[in-house]
Amino acid sequence: MEHLVKLLDKNGLVFAFLVVGLIMYGAYVISKRLTKSRIPGAAIAISIGLILAYFGGEKGLASIPAFSGMAFLGGSMMRDFAIVGTAMGASFSEIKKTGLIGLLSLVIGTLIAFFVGGTIGYFMGYTDAKSFATIGAGACTFIVGPVTGSAVGASSDVIAISIAIGVIKSIVVTIITPFVAKRLGIDNPQTAMIFGGLVGSTSGVSAGLAATDVRLVPYGALTATFHTAVGCLLCPSILYFIVNYFL
Amino acid sequence: MKIYGVAILAACFLIGHLIGDSLGRLFHLNGNLGGVGFAMLLLIFVNDYFKRQNILKPETESGILFWSTMYIPVVVAMSATQNVKAALSGGWVALLVGILATGACFALVPLLSKMAKIKK
Repeated sequence: MEHLVKLLDKNGLVFAFLVVGLIMYGAYVISKRLTKSRIPGAAIAISIGLILAYFGGEKGLASIPAFSGMAFLGGSMMRDFAIVGTAMGASFSEIKKTGLIGLLSLVIGTLIAFFVGGTIGYFMGYTDAKSFATIGAGACTFIVGPVTGSAVGASSDVIAISIAIGVIKSIVVTIITPFVAKRLGIDNPQTAMIFGGLVGSTSGVSAGLAATDVRLVPYGALTATFHTAVGCLLCPSILYFIVNYFL
Repeated sequence: MKIYGVAILAACFLIGHLIGDSLGRLFHLNGNLGGVGFAMLLLIFVNDYFKRQNILKPETESGILFWSTMYIPVVVAMSATQNVKAALSGGWVALLVGILATGACFALVPLLSKMAKIKK
């Protein structure tokens, strides 16, 4: 047994291909047999991933020996590489059609997340400007939260909460998107771009869209990746100054 | 050869990250500002240019397409390696902010799409 664990650990990435392949296969069988393909296989596969992560530790399933390769396959390098690859399916003319509204959605999405998040935190006892800004920034993405927190000098427990907020956001977006996509009109490249800009969590948006309609992934992911950039720019600067002035 | 496609993808990825990294330094932030987004834009431009010049061979293209189809498996691996336990134990603040702030952003999607249609 110990020998096997060592072998799988040593060939972590290859074992991760096998594990993910099995999860995907299981998910597509469940999708077809139990839901008559009503719930997309990709959505089920991602949910299985999240459930498995719960039984792991800090790095989810990758905290369990032998599964360490999952962290590499699902790490930021591979994720970003594959996301950039999806740009092959995007057409420049579709992106141009969205134009300024796409840019506007980025700024509005950051403002809404920041102030709604910060205000809820305020009423739950985090009343100082630093905590307000960090919790609000966490509501943008789990990268903006810690970047803002360390820039304004927030305490480490508030920074931890801001990361948790961002992770919960990405999980919520992943699960909810396929169910509300139709009602919100997310069925064309333009709306997908607006959606990505407003909501912003790259992992959540791209996983959610993957479960909705794979063709929309590049459009949503494109604006979503800039959401983190806009958040990192605005939250520790202008938005923090505004909050600091009023609190 | 397929590796040509993979190499083009890698070049776009690295140049995009370089731009994002430089922007991060410019604003004195410890991070990459939109590197992935720039990389995607770059690949879209390159793809557009190659197609118009008719010099992109299907074999080369398939090297890039392979990685774009690996996207969902990579996302599955990513969700399996999230710190789900910590996210749930972040308490009520994390849970409430995470859900309500996200809901507020979702609610604005139809409004902004309507604005986009008026502009057309």
